[in-house]
Amino acid sequence: MNNWILTHLWLVPAVPLAASLLILSLSNSRRRAAAGLAIIGQVTALILAVVAFLPTLETPGFRAVQNFAWFTFGDQVLRVGWVLDPLAAAMLVMIALVGLCIFVFSVGYMSDDKNFVRFFAYLSFFSGAMLGVVIANSLLLLFVFWELVGLASYLLIGFWIHKPSAAAAAKKAFIVTRIGDMGFFLGILWLYHTAGTLLFYDDGHGCLESAGLIGLGASATFIALLIFCGAVGKSGQFPLHVWLPDAMEGPTPVSALIHAATMVAAGVFLVARVYPLFSLGAIDGVTPSLTVVVWIGVTTALMAALIAIAQADIKRILAYSTVSQLGLMMVSLGVGGVAAGIMHLLAHGFFKALLFLGAGSVIHGCQHEQDIRKMGGLRRLMPVTFVTYAVGMLSLSGLPLFFSGAWTKEEILHATARWPGSPWPHYLMLAGVVLTALYMTRQMIYIFFGNRRSGSEHAHESPRVMIRPLIVLAVCTIGLSVVLTPAWPWLHEYLRGDRPHFEIARLIQPILFVSLALVAAGIGFGAFMYRNLGEVDPLARAQPALFRFLQNKMWLDELYAWTVVAFSRVAARLSDWMDRHFWDGLVRGFGGLGHLFGIFSAGFDERGINPLVDETTIGARGFGRLLSGRHSGRIQTYLGAVAVGMLALLLLYAWLT
Amino acid sequence: MTPTLQLFLIVSAALFCIGLLAALSRRHAIFILIGIEMMLAAANLNFIAFWRFTPQAEQATGVMVAIFSIAIAAAEAAVGLAMVIAIYRHYRTTNVDQLDQLKG
Repeated sequence: MNNWILTHLWLVPAVPLAASLLILSLSNSRRRAAAGLAIIGQVTALILAVVAFLPTLETPGFRAVQNFAWFTFGDQVLRVGWVLDPLAAAMLVMIALVGLCIFVFSVGYMSDDKNFVRFFAYLSFFSGAMLGVVIANSLLLLFVFWELVGLASYLLIGFWIHKPSAAAAAKKAFIVTRIGDMGFFLGILWLYHTAGTLLFYDDGHGCLESAGLIGLGASATFIALLIFCGAVGKSGQFPLHVWLPDAMEGPTPVSALIHAATMVAAGVFLVARVYPLFSLGAIDGVTPSLTVVVWIGVTTALMAALIAIAQADIKRILAYSTVSQLGLMMVSLGVGGVAAGIMHLLAHGFFKALLFLGAGSVIHGCQHEQDIRKMGGLRRLMPVTFVTYAVGMLSLSGLPLFFSGAWTKEEILHATARWPGSPWPHYLMLAGVVLTALYMTRQMIYIFFGNRRSGSEHAHESPRVMIRPLIVLAVCTIGLSVVLTPAWPWLHEYLRGDRPHFEIARLIQPILFVSLALVAAGIGFGAFMYRNLGEVDPLARAQPALFRFLQNKMWLDELYAWTVVAFSRVAARLSDWMDRHFWDGLVRGFGGLGHLFGIFSAGFDERGINPLVDETTIGARGFGRLLSGRHSGRIQTYLGAVAVGMLALLLLYAWLT
Repeated sequence: MTPTLQLFLIVSAALFCIGLLAALSRRHAIFILIGIEMMLAAANLNFIAFWRFTPQAEQATGVMVAIFSIAIAAAEAAVGLAMVIAIYRHYRTTNVDQLDQLKG
């Protein structure tokens, strides 16, 4: 059984992809069949993922690789393959499980959408593509799935294509991530040029194994940074984060899928996967490329947390919180805490999916109202949503002891404290913890406490098909912390390829109290600041300029519009002008010459040739009239005639030989 | 099942027929373009298949032709789509049955 899954690991992504194709062939009214197929596909993927997870438990640092030649090009053999190691196995299970919850939730959430069938086809496609990213053992194969993830996100963000804002957001997501992918692709080419292989692991010859790494030398820094460009785009890091909040235009389950299990996780996963490239030639755990990762992460984490404080759209707040948490993960990877970063990615997958689905439930209950200023008092009306949302919120804020997010965040803070590069990332991340608690408290108070406002008057609890995934995710969020605590850091050691040891004394550490104090400070300050909500946001009352600055997302979109977008617009204008005036002028000049020549020859024609031709013309006209009857102007008739003629010629040829 | 030349030719012939059927029967200009692209893809598949089963498969001749043909197909698709957009702007339709002003 165990051997079977190693050679058939490709089935994990293949099943949802096949389900997606099957659903696409269904007609628009086969709703039950579509949802059923998608969920069966996802359940199968989950079972396969768990089966693949089992062998990695037996031996620490397990790694099984299956490579094969894809195609031969001249004397170059291009090989691809898949790999099963703790990193891949843990990600597989998380993606499949979170994806399944989101699929089930979507059955309720999208129940009155007329493109229900297409939606499930895209969801399956998205999940399959992401599972493919995780098991790829070749940077090329990873890139293929990476782009499929990008395509799926484009289709889903723009799912409500009739809304111009959704169409624009889909395009923005695609183009902005494409800017990062450009760098990623250059990195792949460079790596292939210097290392001669794109396989990660290949019995000591792969590009991540010692023999392959030695050949890279100094170029490893540049290759790593180029690959990081791709991760910046996909994971919404500064300065390419602008697409992520706009991606909220998609249906809420899509936001959950993008922000929790797929898409944005791909960037962090990529950095973790090619980590040996980043850490090559490290002095004391610091390399130039890792330092870049740290500072990009720090900038992203703080900027997004600040912006989140001033947003009013329930999903946008969560979007900025995702950006901020991804920054935190990048910091963790950069300072050397790879296992901590991936742990946070896994835990974040669960609680962020929980928060987004909770937000979806709130939006569904409030008749598609998304402005938190119009909600309020939902605590009594939507009790299950409230409790599960609170679990997600406390886990995101990092309240110690019971919530998985707290333990992983603590691990990251540990890693930053140990970084010899600079003490600042540690302090700034501590500030980030306070900010996170603050904006989540603000959101909770606005949505669930206080009096009902216009949007929440007719609110009601969501149907069971939507509530159950919330409960499953909430249980996972709390239950996951069992394997995360420092007393028994099972997941941490599993990812690092060690065996865990149980030691209760390690549970209590100074950082635990520090983060408890910080989270309490954030929540307390938030509760104090937002205790009585008026028409105007309390922060806007106290600091109007600052609030406006944050509310407008630090004017980064405007900055891009004035620089990058304006530049490409000017370039487009310029080439248009070149086309119209320069090249057209050239063409017209030649045309003029021809015209001149034509006048001369016309004179000759009129006198010399015309009389002769006239006679011929009369005959030709009669023949032409005969033929013009055949000309219906319908292009397909012509094409059919071509096809029949071709067939006739073929038959003639066959007869002659 | 070992892949044989015949197998590839059958697939390619099937692809060509599907493409031809699409080009002949669809009324939407973009679907006709898609049909044409499928026929081109079938031709490319033939190139690759014949190349792969020649004794001198080390020289990448067949792939080269196919890559050129893909590049040309991309250019053709760009021109075709631009024409469809232009036609749509002018006539407000992409139904080829209504675009019969070239009739004799």
